[in-house]
Order: sequence, then structure tokens, then C-alpha cells
Amino acid sequence: MACQCGGGGCSTDYGTPARVSEQLVEVEVDGITLTVPAGTSVMRAAAEAGVQIPKLCATDSLEPFGSCRLCLVEIEGRRGYPASCTTLVDKGMKVHTQTPKLAEIRRGVMELYISDHPLDCLTCSANGNCELQDMAGVVGLREVRYGFDGENHLKSEKDTSNPYFSYDPSKCIVCNRCVRACEETQGTFALTIDGRGFESRVSPGQNEAFFDSECVSCGACVQACPTATLMEKTVIAHGQPDHRVVTTCAYCGVGCSFVAEMKGDQVINMVPNKDGQANHGHSCVKGRFAWGYASHPDRVTKPMIRDRISDAWREVSWEEAIQFAAERFKGIQAKYGKDAIGGIVSSRCTNEEDFLVQKLVRAAFGNNNVDTCARVCHSPTGYGLKQTLGESAGTQTFDSVMQADVIMVIGANPTDGHPVFGSQMKRRLREGAKLIVVDPRAIDLVKSPHIRADHHLKLRPGTNVAIANALSHVIVTEGLVDDAFVAERCETQAFIDWKNFVSEPRNSPEALEAATGVPAAEVRAAARLYASADNAAIYYGLGVTEHSQGSTMVMAIANLAMATGNIGRLGVGVNPLRGQNNVQGSCDMGSFPHELPGYRHVSDDVVRGEFEQAWGVTLEKEPGLRIPNMFDAALDGSYKGLYCQGEDIVQSDPNTQHVIAAMEQMECVVVQDLFLNETAKYAHVFLPGASFLEKDGTFTNAERRISRVRKVMEPLGGYGDWEATMMLAKAMGYDMHYDNPSQIMDEIARLVPTFHGVSYDKLDRQGSIQWPCNEEAPDGTPIMHTEQFVRGKGKFFVTQYVPTDEKITPKFPLLLTTGRILAHYNVGAQTRRTSNSAWHPEDILEIHPHDAEERGIKDGDWVGIQSRAGDTVLHAQISTRMQPGVVYTTFHHPFSGANVITTDNSDWATNCPEYKVTAVQVVKVSQPSEWQQRYRQFSDRQDDLMKQREPIKAQ
Amino acid sequence: MHIENLVKMANQIGQFFEAEPDKDQAVKDIASHLKRFWDPRMRTAIIAHVEQGGEGLMEIVATAVRSQRELLQPAQK
Repeated sequence: MACQCGGGGCSTDYGTPARVSEQLVEVEVDGITLTVPAGTSVMRAAAEAGVQIPKLCATDSLEPFGSCRLCLVEIEGRRGYPASCTTLVDKGMKVHTQTPKLAEIRRGVMELYISDHPLDCLTCSANGNCELQDMAGVVGLREVRYGFDGENHLKSEKDTSNPYFSYDPSKCIVCNRCVRACEETQGTFALTIDGRGFESRVSPGQNEAFFDSECVSCGACVQACPTATLMEKTVIAHGQPDHRVVTTCAYCGVGCSFVAEMKGDQVINMVPNKDGQANHGHSCVKGRFAWGYASHPDRVTKPMIRDRISDAWREVSWEEAIQFAAERFKGIQAKYGKDAIGGIVSSRCTNEEDFLVQKLVRAAFGNNNVDTCARVCHSPTGYGLKQTLGESAGTQTFDSVMQADVIMVIGANPTDGHPVFGSQMKRRLREGAKLIVVDPRAIDLVKSPHIRADHHLKLRPGTNVAIANALSHVIVTEGLVDDAFVAERCETQAFIDWKNFVSEPRNSPEALEAATGVPAAEVRAAARLYASADNAAIYYGLGVTEHSQGSTMVMAIANLAMATGNIGRLGVGVNPLRGQNNVQGSCDMGSFPHELPGYRHVSDDVVRGEFEQAWGVTLEKEPGLRIPNMFDAALDGSYKGLYCQGEDIVQSDPNTQHVIAAMEQMECVVVQDLFLNETAKYAHVFLPGASFLEKDGTFTNAERRISRVRKVMEPLGGYGDWEATMMLAKAMGYDMHYDNPSQIMDEIARLVPTFHGVSYDKLDRQGSIQWPCNEEAPDGTPIMHTEQFVRGKGKFFVTQYVPTDEKITPKFPLLLTTGRILAHYNVGAQTRRTSNSAWHPEDILEIHPHDAEERGIKDGDWVGIQSRAGDTVLHAQISTRMQPGVVYTTFHHPFSGANVITTDNSDWATNCPEYKVTAVQVVKVSQPSEWQQRYRQFSDRQDDLMKQREPIKAQ
Repeated sequence: MHIENLVKMANQIGQFFEAEPDKDQAVKDIASHLKRFWDPRMRTAIIAHVEQGGEGLMEIVATAVRSQRELLQPAQK
């Protein structure tokens, strides 16, 4: 049932989860006859008939538990008073939910609960949103005959250790909902009920504080709690919200739907939307709690300009800032040519904003120098899947994983990077699906509560393609190819070429064992498991793409899926897990220098003609510069101006010193962002960006799902990002005008064939839409390539393994690989400005005990990490998650300088940087690196220039 | 553009396509990739480098640049 309050995002609680069955059962509840699927609980059937049975331990996101004894009913012909949550409907069953006897029992039960519960309802944080209070009212509790003098829990001590929620045991009714949510919904198993009988209390771990326990702060327990026992601190501070707005999370590529709970224009709470089609009411610590950055005092809310980056900033009006930028850009073009400027958009911006920036670059700048941060993460996905399958996107829905029998996770760490989908995957694994993990590190999925990888192919960084070829070799030479699928669906000659190639002895697991470090028998077993499953699905992340052979590996993955017929239906497929929330969208919107919106090459005269007609300009048919090429061209002197919206290239791009040298060559850098980020320290114009709470638009997640982002407050800087882009275009001499982002989406729908059927009206009606959505698929396309591939026949590619140039040497004997952790997001600009920093205050270097011992390194020591690109210093953490010879760090903090070490090596097809393999040496040191000290000085100076900024003159 | 970096990138492209069984096709695919993904100033630089001997370039890449020069040459503006 859809939301009934009008605000959206809330829905009826049916008490127990829905069941799917072809068999239908007719029952009667309080005289109302209805038909429900077999396996449905009496409680749920009653709710579907509009009859609410009192309950406390039941909620429809969790399996029934039958402990609170409040939901008892009478069933004709049956003895006693069964719990309606654990009793299933039966044919012809007649249920009575309200009888004098039931009323008496329920009052008695409530009386017992309340006899050990504080009577502070008026001052309780759950006042107005408390199921216990509601039930006391529903059953008509009028007195507590037992008194309050007996033994009770009313003086239990609160646990406030978690930064986001508190645990008040005095209010706990031991309904187990939190424990079950941690198990069933999140899959972490951090909570338990400690003690027995009266002593029973919720306990994180073994009587630890929440913060010290294994709790990952996903908020599922808080969401499930029917009382004020587990309560968000923001609600405790501000009270219950007065209205709700459904929007989409601004963090990872899962794209969770959230309900922003508001009080006026202040966000009180963010709760996962039960009707959210990507997350089904689940969340992670980032989306659920880490949104305070939006109102952080570091927000820069006034436009600023300066002539040189050594000057203090000057606050100016929007008009002056835009005029300043446009004049500089025009001046650069007059002096160095029209190709001397460009723009970079972000996967953190909406589709509409991305579309406008590429339109600005193409129509107003007159070139194709537009790129997105997807360049440095998933550009190989776009290239590789387009070549093999015909479309630059994942093939499935997230829910498809629930039909998978074998799951292969390659170079992805879903429990940290895509936590909500990670929980769904773990749920399927607990149901019995088999798991193959291909990763240099022992990620959590390899071994966590009730999860064990059947095969962990712990390869050496940089040998993905060798592993994929070895897997393919086994599949082909052991006769495991789905010949019928290949014959019907794929290009014959390309398949034969591929088959011959992978069959060569050099591609056998045995021949490649020395390179990959993975025992051949393990590879053979994994290949057999993957190829023999009814449904096998591959999930992959940046551990696939961020390599010199990133695109090759994406094609190798598509080859594997096609060869085994694992594509085109539920439970299978090729599933790229996108890093940021709108990676898919920013790519779809033509934010690439070679592609117009909808992945059409700029050299295509017909397509370009359509855009020229719509936009009234002549468009450039040559591809423009990609982000790394922009840096090279800046150093070459042919690229001098950059408009950078929502992206922090100085921190996130590899080989920081190279990037900084390029930035210093620029004559006009315009940064539009929430904060004075590292890139802004090299900028001449700063335009205040709007957070996701401050603008309307859409994000497209990893399953091609387009969801609405809704404005819950006015932009702090006065304008949405899309409005600033419009102003800049106009100042550059190209007038484009939209009244609102909905009109931008209408233009996208007109120009992009896979978006022809998309509109805000339809999104509001359907909740979300998976593209392609057009005349052929008016409601969208959950599963792609069902009848045929988008390119017609699927195409196999020969994927030769080429070892990376980043090889270990006596000087650099270790391989560094980089990644992310649960608490932080990308450059950390958002999450560092929240309490998530409590879990991860700095980036650290994980190193295997053997490598540490050899170097005399102890846990917590300062260690210097040196590569051919540069060196930096971090604290070490000894970890057996690593294999000997491999070290790991994250890049969430600017002064860590993780990217000072990474090199300018990149993917051959797309220039996606090779973040995942850098040859390094690690030594014990006593102070920050010379770069860190220098950068700290520079950064302090920039902070001073910010503090010295000249305020805007009163109008 | 820094020619060493361009040579390295071009060779990486060559290493992918040289695995194709049809060598003529591989040469065409290398040139097509450069045409479709490299900005004109990058292509101009690699053409000039080949004309000066193409030091460091894989043979198949040099062949692709030479044989498809017309395709790769940016249009005069």
C-alpha cells in the first residue's frame, strides 16, 4: 500500500513479510472474506483486510517471532488463543480479532509491560511515535495493579557511545526486533539478548558499548525499535518531524530511497524508505546518519573570485562571479584557441546538472572537453560493456541477486562500498547461494557471520585478466560452455576466435599460477562452480576497472557471462557496482568527451545533427580531452581554463604532484562545490554548490534506476547548481533557459532514445524507472538483453593478459592497492564533516605481519610509503586481511597523500587510472613526508586567504 | 603533449588489439580507437612522432598511424 499521509515514504505495517505463492487461500477475518497467498500469516491477512491486530514484536520487515503475546486471536474450531503473527492462514479459516477474552488478555499483557517501563511519555523522545504507547491506548490500559516498587529496569544506564543514536535499556521491552533487524536486515549479527528471563537485555557483542562493538550503525535496529530504547540523537534533540519528503541518498551507487523527516526546513532525521525499490527500507551509516555535512559551518555560501591563487578571496555577487569567469574563459579562448577550456562534472551531481554542464561545454564553449569523475572509476565499464553487449550499463536489478545460485564478486567490497546491497547479497548467501570472491584482500564477505566464500581467489594485484582467462580456459576445455546460448545469441566468428585463444595452454590456470598466485586447482573449482550453476551472477567494482587492463577485464567478464549463458534473465548477469550515486547517470548524460547523451559518438553526423537542431548551434565532431589528458594538455600549455562542478580532482586523481603542476598552469579554474575543497585551493572563482537536500533532480543508480532527488530546503548559496550553469552559459553568449529541472529532463527525454518515456510525472507515479524507458518499454527495463543483445549479437573479445608496468623491483618490492571503507565516501569532503570520522579519523596503511616484521614495523608506527611518483607517511596497521607483498590504504583524507603515491598509469582504452596497483617500498619513519609538510603549509596559507576574504559589499 | 606518455598509451592500445587473429583488422582497430578517443592534439602529436621515426612505438601501432594517417589527421579548422 502506498503512503497514506500525503508526505510519501510511509506505508502500512502488515506485521509480517509478504509471501509469494501460486496457491491462494480464502479466509474470513472479523466477517470480512479475502484471498491471500498460501503461507501468509493471519496478522498480515487481517491487515490486508484493513483490520489492525495489536502487536509489538511483529513488523513486516522481519520474520515473525511470536514473543509479545499481544497479537493473539481466536480462530473458530481451534483451541486457545494463537499468536496471529506465527499462525498461517488455512482454507476456510474464520478469525476473530476482537473478543472480550482477547481484550482481557491483551490488557493483562500490556499491564505487565508497563509495570517495568518508565511513565515519562510526555518527556520521552518517542512521544508521538511510540508503538508501546499506541498499544497501551489500543488495548485500553487504565491501571497497573502491580505497582512500581518491585524489581525493575528503570534505572538502567544509557549507552550513548554511538554518535548517532542512544540505547536506553530502561525502555526496552525485549521484543527482539533490533536483534532480528541486525541479523535479517543487515546481516551483521552484532546484537544479541544477553541473560535470561528478567535479566534479558539487548547487548551489542558481549556486553560492549555500541561504539566498541561490531555494530556498523546501519540504523536497522533503531528503525525496528518500537519504543525510545534505540533512538536517533537528532530526534532526541529536536523532537518529532512535522512533514516528510521522499528523496534519494547522495552517497554510493545503490541509490537508496530515503524519507527526509523535516521540521520546517530543518532535517530532523533521514529514514530509509520502505517503498524504496533499490533498498526496500534498509540503509547504511552514511545515508542514514551522515548528512550533517549539509549544514556544516565549513559550507561556502557566497560566490568568490581572485586574480591569482596567491591572492585572498573576494566575496562578490553571483552576477560578478559569473561575469568574471565568462570573461576569463573568453579571453583564454581568444588567446589559446577554443579548445583551451573545458568542464568536469561529477557523479555527485544530478542527471539534469550533468546534462547542462556537457551542454554548456558543447554549445557555449564550442568543444567536447567535458569529462566526469566516472573517468577515474567506471569508464572501462562503459567501454567494455558497450563493445561486448551493446550497452554501457549493468544488466540486472539488485533484487535479481535473490535468484542467483552462484555469486562471483570480483574486485568489489559490497559490505563497505555498497552496504545496503551487500546486506541483500548476504541474505541470499545465508539462503544457500554459493560464493566466489576474486580479490587480493580477505574482504568481509570471505568470512563473516554465517557467510563463507566457497572459493577465495586471492590473486596478486594486476592479474585480473589472467584469472579471467584461466577461468575461461577451464570452461572451454572442460566442455562447460552453454553452446545453445552462444549459437543463438552471439557472433559466431568472434566466439571461435575467443574459444581458440582461451584454449591455448598459456591461458591454463596452471600456466598462469605463477603470475596470479592463485592455486590452479582453486581456479578450476571456481570455474566449474560458476559455469555449472543454474543462475550465476557476477558483481564487480573498481578492483576490476582501475587497472591498466580495466576495459579488458570488463570484456573478459562479459565473455564469461555469455559463454555460460548467464545473461538476459533474473539471477544472472554482469553487475558493475558503481562507486558514487550518479556514476551511471553522469555517463548516460553524455559527460564524456567522445559521447553525446545516450552513448552516441560525437562523430555520428545524424545524432550530432539532432542535437545541433535542438540547441541551435554547430557542434564539434572531434572528441575532446579526458581528465588525465586535460592535465597533460595544461602542462603542454594548450589547456588553460576549467569549470569543475562537484568534483575534487586534486585529492581524488592519481599522481597528485602531476595534477597540482597542471592546476598551477591554469589561468582560470572555476570550482562549484559545497566546501573549499583541495581543488578550490587552486581556483580563481568559487561558486557555492547546493547539497542534495537543496535541489530537485534525479540520480541513476547502478541498476539503471532513475530516482527523484527532492528539494527539502532552499540552496544555502541562493541557486541550484543547474541555475549557475545556465547563468555561465548565458554569460558565455549561449542562452539556455529552464524554469526547473523537470524541463531539463523533458529535453533529455526528447533527445535520448533510452529516455523517451521518462518524465517527472512518471517518476512520481512509479517511484523510480529503470532505463531504457521508451515506446518499447513504457514502464522501464529491469533486466536487459532478454531476447537479444542491445548490439544484436553478443560479441566475444580476445582478452590477452598484459602485465602492468607497475612491477615490483628491489627498490619497490611491495604492491599498494587502494580502496574505501564503510564510514567514508570518496574524498571524504562530506563524511569527514560528520561523526563518521569517529570510526575512521585518518587513512592508515594495512600491511601483512610478515612484511611488517621484515621492516621492524609495529602496529601504529608511522611508515613512509614511496613509489616512483612520490612518497607519503601514514600510520601502519598490521592485518592478516592482506597477503604478503601487498599493502592497502584509503584516500578519504587530503593530507594522507594516498594519491601522491599512485601513478599516471591508466587503462589502455579509457585512461581510467590504475589506482589498484602501485609498486612501493614501506619503511618506518618518524615524521610526515616532505610533500605532506609542503602541502600542509600550502593548505594553511589557502585557509588564511579564505579567512582574509573581503566580504561582499552591502547592496 | 608529452610524447612519452602518448607513446605508452598508444602501445597499450596496440597490446590489446595485437591479440586479434586478423592482423589487418587489428591495425584498423588501433587507428579507429585513436580516432574515436583521442583529442586532435594528441593524434597530431603521435602522427608527428611517427613521422620522426616513431621511437618506442610498437610496430603495429606505427603501422596503424602510418596507414591510417588520413583518418587520424584532424580536420583543418
